[in-house]
Amino acid sequence: MAKMTLDQLRKLREETKGDMARRETEGKEIQVVVGMGTCGIAAGSKAAFDAIMKTVDLLKLSDKVIIRQTGCMGLCHVEPTVEVIMPGMPATIYGKVNAATAEEIVRKHIVEKKMLDGHIYDRPAIDIVKK
Amino acid sequence: MHFAVSDFILDLLQNSVEAGASLIQLSVVAKNGTLSCSIGDNGKGMDEKTLARVRDPFFTDGVKHKRRKVGLGIPFLLQAVEQAGGASSLSSTVGVGTLLEFSFPADHVDTPPLGDLAGTVLQAMCFDSGYELVFSRVDEPRGLSYEISRSELRAAVGDFTDAGAYALAREFLESQES
Repeated sequence: MAKMTLDQLRKLREETKGDMARRETEGKEIQVVVGMGTCGIAAGSKAAFDAIMKTVDLLKLSDKVIIRQTGCMGLCHVEPTVEVIMPGMPATIYGKVNAATAEEIVRKHIVEKKMLDGHIYDRPAIDIVKK
Repeated sequence: MHFAVSDFILDLLQNSVEAGASLIQLSVVAKNGTLSCSIGDNGKGMDEKTLARVRDPFFTDGVKHKRRKVGLGIPFLLQAVEQAGGASSLSSTVGVGTLLEFSFPADHVDTPPLGDLAGTVLQAMCFDSGYELVFSRVDEPRGLSYEISRSELRAAVGDFTDAGAYALAREFLESQES
């Protein structure tokens, strides 16, 4: 791979962004937050973060989704954790999220609006989570 | 315990962000058979007493999680450095900032792999806060030498919370490592 310059990077971004520029701040209603504390990093949250970024980019959802990272969410025992906040769905924290599960969160939770079984650790309340 | 040197770096950079730093300087230098890393920030700093205690895995400031009794970021690093026969130093001044330096011998069997440095640096630029991160990199055996800052990258691609911007910024950083 040849070294890219900042100018090349800027141009590439302009080309791929196209008319999406104006949407950069408006209308992004879906928030994905990845836990990136010591516990998350040790459990491989970087792979989950990368997988989410990749899938959102692949499915061209980047005009709707904001991806953030935070420190420990307090669920160290089920790291890596990913929180999804979006209209029409309960705010949900998924745990034990590897790269494959991360991709599924984007495809199922965000796109199809269906929650993933077996990875919900908080919100909605524990009593409505299927065992 | 973290797998790669990059994971330690990401963990420790987060400390700087959480210490309210507006400027963080990271350098990763491979030279003369040693991998040396340094993380300097102008965050809130620590007094001598706190500085001595951060080496203890059972110490944390208790700000983020009230009842938590562990703080493993720095202890993990110190353990890894000790295992591999490396060196480390930590200095800090309240109100001025903190400097953490550590090194690993490149050929020790217990030296962790470098890991995904490009991805780590980008991720370290993704925290929600208005800070500057300057990354300088030298790898003599591979003939690499470059410097890149968070503000330069953001000026080129926009906010990293956008997956398209993130992907391109990552491609850019990976190309610097090639």
